[in-house]
Amino acid sequence: MSRFPTTTHTPLLWEYAPSRESTDIVEIEDRYGLFIDGEFREPKSGKWFDTVNPATEEKLATVAEAGPKDVDDAVKAARAAFEGPWGRMSPSERAKHVFRIARMIQERSRELAVLEVLDGGKPIKEARDVDLPLVAAHFFYYAGWADKLEYAFPGAKPKPLGVAGQVIPWNFPLLMLAWKVAPALAAGNTVVLKPAETTPLSALLFAQIAAEAGLPPGVVNVVTGAGETGQLVVTHPGVDKVAFTGSTAVGKLIRSQVAGTGKKLTLELGGKAANIIFEDAPLDQAVEGVINGIFFNQGHVCCAGSRLLVEESIHDRFVDKVKRRLQTLRVGDPLDKNTDVGAINSRQQLEKIEELVESGVAEGAEMYQPDCPLPAKGFWFRPTLFTGVSQSHRIAQEEIFGPVLSILTFRTPEEAVEKANNTPYGLSAGVWTSKGSRILWMADRMKAGVVWANTYNKFDPTSPFGGYKESGFGREGGRHGLLPYLDWSE
Amino acid sequence: MSRLEVRKTYKLYIDGKFPRSESGRSYPALGADGEVLARVARASRKDLRDAVRAARNAQEGWAGATAYNRGQVIYRIAETLEDRAGTFVEQLMELGYTRAKSEKEVADSVDLVVWYAGWADKFPQVLGNLNPVAGPFFNISVPEPTGVVGVVAPEEPALYGLVGTVVPVMVPGNVSVVLAAEGAPMPAITFAEVLATSDVPAGVVNVLTGSKDELVPWLADHMDVDAVDATGAPQHLVERIEEGAVHNVKRTLLPGEWSLRSPYRIAAFTETKTVWHPKGR
Repeated sequence: MSRFPTTTHTPLLWEYAPSRESTDIVEIEDRYGLFIDGEFREPKSGKWFDTVNPATEEKLATVAEAGPKDVDDAVKAARAAFEGPWGRMSPSERAKHVFRIARMIQERSRELAVLEVLDGGKPIKEARDVDLPLVAAHFFYYAGWADKLEYAFPGAKPKPLGVAGQVIPWNFPLLMLAWKVAPALAAGNTVVLKPAETTPLSALLFAQIAAEAGLPPGVVNVVTGAGETGQLVVTHPGVDKVAFTGSTAVGKLIRSQVAGTGKKLTLELGGKAANIIFEDAPLDQAVEGVINGIFFNQGHVCCAGSRLLVEESIHDRFVDKVKRRLQTLRVGDPLDKNTDVGAINSRQQLEKIEELVESGVAEGAEMYQPDCPLPAKGFWFRPTLFTGVSQSHRIAQEEIFGPVLSILTFRTPEEAVEKANNTPYGLSAGVWTSKGSRILWMADRMKAGVVWANTYNKFDPTSPFGGYKESGFGREGGRHGLLPYLDWSE
Repeated sequence: MSRLEVRKTYKLYIDGKFPRSESGRSYPALGADGEVLARVARASRKDLRDAVRAARNAQEGWAGATAYNRGQVIYRIAETLEDRAGTFVEQLMELGYTRAKSEKEVADSVDLVVWYAGWADKFPQVLGNLNPVAGPFFNISVPEPTGVVGVVAPEEPALYGLVGTVVPVMVPGNVSVVLAAEGAPMPAITFAEVLATSDVPAGVVNVLTGSKDELVPWLADHMDVDAVDATGAPQHLVERIEEGAVHNVKRTLLPGEWSLRSPYRIAAFTETKTVWHPKGR
């Protein structure tokens, strides 16, 4: 007989006392200009746009929209810095600059985390415990490479490329900045960065930090705006290297625009990862991995485990466990430290999620959502799962980029591999089993750049990340993350 | 009494066999003085599709062979190439190379194959690593083959350029559809004969002779081709390859990116896979 009382299978729904992170730590200005050549400037375009808090729909600030002249100024400033102070600086001094930025990010970590929550809608728990520690770690890791580049790949004598034009998404605004800016600077390049339209603020605070850190003017330039501004950065003839993280559709457009220009390109695009649960998996851990895999950051994650493949023999039992766990997720105010699922990043994204979920219902899959209250204002979507999904359903094929899990079944490891790889994407995959040989057998066969075995959504600056197939090419993180930012030609 | 020479028919190399073009077309292979050396097959779009299908079918088996085995098969190519050295020297001289230059190119080509053979079980150690992540995880990154690679072989050096583009693609377990040098198709088909007699499984390398202007766009647009080595493409076709690469996010290696003797040419057609696993009791 167990020494412990058996727990009830009904979810434990109790009221948490509100535990709201204070926003006093961050001061948001009314208006932000463009960060060009070490200073904030009014846009020559004369255009501005608002950024809103997706959890309240309240305006946070007005931000400059960079036009052709502004982007040109930014590229010229970056070129001058590359040919001037940054290019002439010894690699060890460059390293110290990047180390200093890492330290200043750590010092202002909470401030940046709160700003990330306000502008993007993600839960403070995640911004504080995942995004910001990884941001600082990323700068710290790449800082050390700056004066060791000739040791990175044997026999090669790398040289910096010049000006890197970088366009980043809204799901991890500051982390994606770190993934782009840290290796670019460590490799000796200068940067023109275009943050996402809906989440420009943390990049602008980063620009302030870079200026305070004494980074020479022009080494990092931040041009805010929407897709048109991104296009201007990508197509500017003064840009030597283009790095993009975002949708596969936009990635393909950029690929075609870069064709014939000789610009170096890396693309980190969409995904539709399979998270595969075998009968012999540690099921309770697997449930946590499945929940984290799809509901982390509201599912706004390119490597989200959005297709759950469950071995047929445990389907009902496992789905019951996942549903129970779903009921305990706390959806709401992202600033509350107990919140698990925050706000959807924008109205546009919410509409896309709603459209795809409607297609799932219309195509015959069975939808389940917990009965959780949602705030009256802001953009919200309940954690959702679909059972009875077939491979041809849109919710099994298209990237939803929201808190929506599609559940399919399999009978053999071969079928699991077949279904996992049955997508044009190839960013990530998960596999849960207690059999070691099967993990390695599966890992060998999955066409995915990252395979998480008995874990999911783990990231580290030393660990390369990036896709197979239409999920893009090039790696970010680790030694491999240096490759796209250097000229290695013999 | 004089004896009538038995001439060779120069055909395509698809799936380990030597078929004529299904289109029934051929074109003249010209020598240095403009004389017709032979009529070689002019591959069609259907031939290219057949070659891609053969390559795709061969990919899993070739990638699944051990690195030691792939290394031995590639070394065997060097052995057979050395054995046919006389033929290659003659064919290069017909293209106008001096005997000394031809002999050197053939010797260099054999040595290049040996060099690449030795990489098969070493490049994963040079290009992969264990990652020291900040947590209790085993975390490893390894290079894996990209898949089906279209190779546009350089016009010259006719043999060294062919060997230096085709062989590195094979090393990590890729399969290829090779568009031979349009102006030097005969050494390419002789090289295909070398491959066919070197334990290279059928379909791992497929060689098409014909018009690059005609074939490259079909290769670039093919949705089951994962990457294109544009080393031997003229500028207008390089841009065409890059445009075709958009549809399924093909990887491209542009002319001049890596020398013909470089481990990074192997790396160009690999995908880095990172595997995480927790550590615990």
